[in-house]
Amino acid sequence: MRSVFSLYRSSVGKKIVMAISGIFLFLWIVGHMLGNLKVFFGQEAFDHYAHGLKELGDPFLLHGQFLWIIRFVMLAIIVLHMWSALSVYLQSRAARRLGYRKTDDLTFTYASRTMRWGGVILLVYIVYHLLHFTVGSAHPQFVPGAAYANLVIGFRNWWVSGFYIVAMLALGLHLYHGLWSACQTLNFNNPMLRDLRRPVALLITLFIVLGFCSVPISVLAGIVTLP
Amino acid sequence: MNLILQVWRQDGPDTKGRFVRYEANNISDHASFFEMLDIVNEQLVEKGEQQIHFSHDCREGICGTCGMVINGTPHGPDPGITTCQLHMRRFKDGDEIWVEPFRATAMPVIKDLVVDRSALDCIIQAGGYISANTGNAQDANAIPIPKRDSDLAMDAAACIGCGACVAACPNASAMLFTSAKVSHLGLLPQGQPERFERVRGMVETMEDKGFGNCTNHGSCQNACPKEISVDFIARLNGDFLKAGFK
Repeated sequence: MRSVFSLYRSSVGKKIVMAISGIFLFLWIVGHMLGNLKVFFGQEAFDHYAHGLKELGDPFLLHGQFLWIIRFVMLAIIVLHMWSALSVYLQSRAARRLGYRKTDDLTFTYASRTMRWGGVILLVYIVYHLLHFTVGSAHPQFVPGAAYANLVIGFRNWWVSGFYIVAMLALGLHLYHGLWSACQTLNFNNPMLRDLRRPVALLITLFIVLGFCSVPISVLAGIVTLP
Repeated sequence: MNLILQVWRQDGPDTKGRFVRYEANNISDHASFFEMLDIVNEQLVEKGEQQIHFSHDCREGICGTCGMVINGTPHGPDPGITTCQLHMRRFKDGDEIWVEPFRATAMPVIKDLVVDRSALDCIIQAGGYISANTGNAQDANAIPIPKRDSDLAMDAAACIGCGACVAACPNASAMLFTSAKVSHLGLLPQGQPERFERVRGMVETMEDKGFGNCTNHGSCQNACPKEISVDFIARLNGDFLKAGFK
């Protein structure tokens, strides 16, 4: 018991929580991105997919129940991810109260320095995104259940698409460092494979960012339109 | 060459420090950074002023006593060396050089550029040893150790404990130091019995002493005069995770 407690108490343990919760969030993001791409198969296919999400688990679960389970699990995972980030941040802030006059950047990548504010941008974006496409209160012409129409009308606004793309770039930086960092934290460090961690993280990041951004860009370019 | 120095002066641990401007004139390109400071200090003594305090011992890059942040980089701009191995030929005539102590809550300034690194010793005391009584030294190679492991253990053992990793880390974490010490013993058969107690004790002590934590920036590896790899931090994390279930 003492050992599990020491795991929880230490920053290494908190970072293991951050890495594992991050992997779950990452898998969820992959699923979300692949789901979004159904928009290219037309209104019917996309609305059918959106409706299908609410019917997952049928006949064992009633309409929308599975989605609510997923929502609560995701909320718990995000809280764990943020709690571990906040507690290691507070510890690190106390570890150097007086900073340097001159600083030379010695970090491996720019992405690692964006993790904290990048995470805050993502949090703000997620709240807006839920109000926009799920609740609908931030959407001017929201129709419950009409996922395709809501998406196209929403992304026709340059500001909405611009904020979306900025948030996805922040997500890209977060993922690029996060995926590599999770490998470090979980000791995925096999000498044969460790040089592949950076390029693989970059490829996955590009795949996800381009996948997400293709949707608003296609709406603005008139490729995805209302029939 | 003539240089302008902006040096951090602080009378004691509890007093406020400040930068003081000095001119270092007629310095030879061949002088080491410390010889340059020695010249400045001689002039300060002649003027009856307090000389700039800095720690140094071997002046050949093996003892880990020296260390200061020069223009934002621990041990100065060249990779893979300690401050004492830095030479003035690395700078240009007329350069302004900012000299600061290693800054971390766990390594408070004693005076000027001298910091108290005893917190690193406390981390060693929490597990950086092997307590089995082994008698006299054995014959070489009496215990077979795979070449790869012995090489890795030697890479980790290259750590001289100077504290540059802490100074460079945006989080003021001592993870590179701790991971090098954990790995250098944990990779060898003699280190196995205490392997998990060691990693737990050393990480706990590191945090109790007020060091930050690792967010994988990699600055430590780039600042390390012995170029120790952050791969050892991954190894420490793995051992610590396993220790949680022992």
